[in-house]
Amino acid sequence: MIIDHPLLGPRDSSEFVYLGDASLIDRPDWQAENAAEAFYDYAYLRDNPAGEHRELWFHESGDRSWLVVTRNTMTHEISKVELARDVARAQGRSK
Amino acid sequence: MHDLVAITALGGSEPRVDTTGTVTCSEVPGVALASVAARLGREKKAAKALAKLIGTPAPAIGRFEGAPVAAFWTGPDQWMVEAPFDSHEDLAEQAKAALGDTASVSEQTDAWVRFDLSGADVLAVLELLCPLDARKMEEGDAAGTPIHHLGCFVLCRAPEAFSIYGPRSSAGSLNHAILAAMTSAL
Repeated sequence: MIIDHPLLGPRDSSEFVYLGDASLIDRPDWQAENAAEAFYDYAYLRDNPAGEHRELWFHESGDRSWLVVTRNTMTHEISKVELARDVARAQGRSK
Repeated sequence: MHDLVAITALGGSEPRVDTTGTVTCSEVPGVALASVAARLGREKKAAKALAKLIGTPAPAIGRFEGAPVAAFWTGPDQWMVEAPFDSHEDLAEQAKAALGDTASVSEQTDAWVRFDLSGADVLAVLELLCPLDARKMEEGDAAGTPIHHLGCFVLCRAPEAFSIYGPRSSAGSLNHAILAAMTSAL
């Protein structure tokens, strides 16, 4: 599998480590009223889609950047690759 | 003062040099290294300060620039600075002085081992060693890549001359991997 790194271009997937659902970026506010419930959801509940899935990949043996990869779990087709920090910043975080 | 004898990463008193076919692999001691990671919100200032240190604009993505103090790109807003050890033993301090609080600087000199590969068939060796498309690398390119599960950096110094930086604690394994690839490819 080849991942088209937004900065470095196409790189072999053996350079990367898979983490999981990209929703892990959205860590809940630990001070919120419903923090316990929110963290339960955050830690344990995942969608398991047959089809498009946004997931986190770490370019461990390359430039050590985190990526959000949109991959079809049925065909392994990768339709989009973004830097995770750009995704987080687009949500108004880590400015 | 103790009178200690310096040894290389592979444990010899002289750097190891091996030649197979047209390709030579030489252990290169005598390099000072320091890593530079720009701090959040100070990325542009860090790049400017780094440019002053190496005397040329901070290297772009996947590139290295500068002499005798050079820097290569290791990640977004991160670089590794390299210079001759004899003249820049305190490279990390020099880098910290140049970059101030725009970046975090770490001494890396004894964390890495460097092997220089050169010769007409060097690309055949690199093809066996790492998943990089080394044939597309041009002079001045730098890339991180796994070599036998070791996180390494590959720098293209000239069309048939590459440098490999790998973790010093695995210097023997990396050297063995390179020599095995040379034997297989040539």
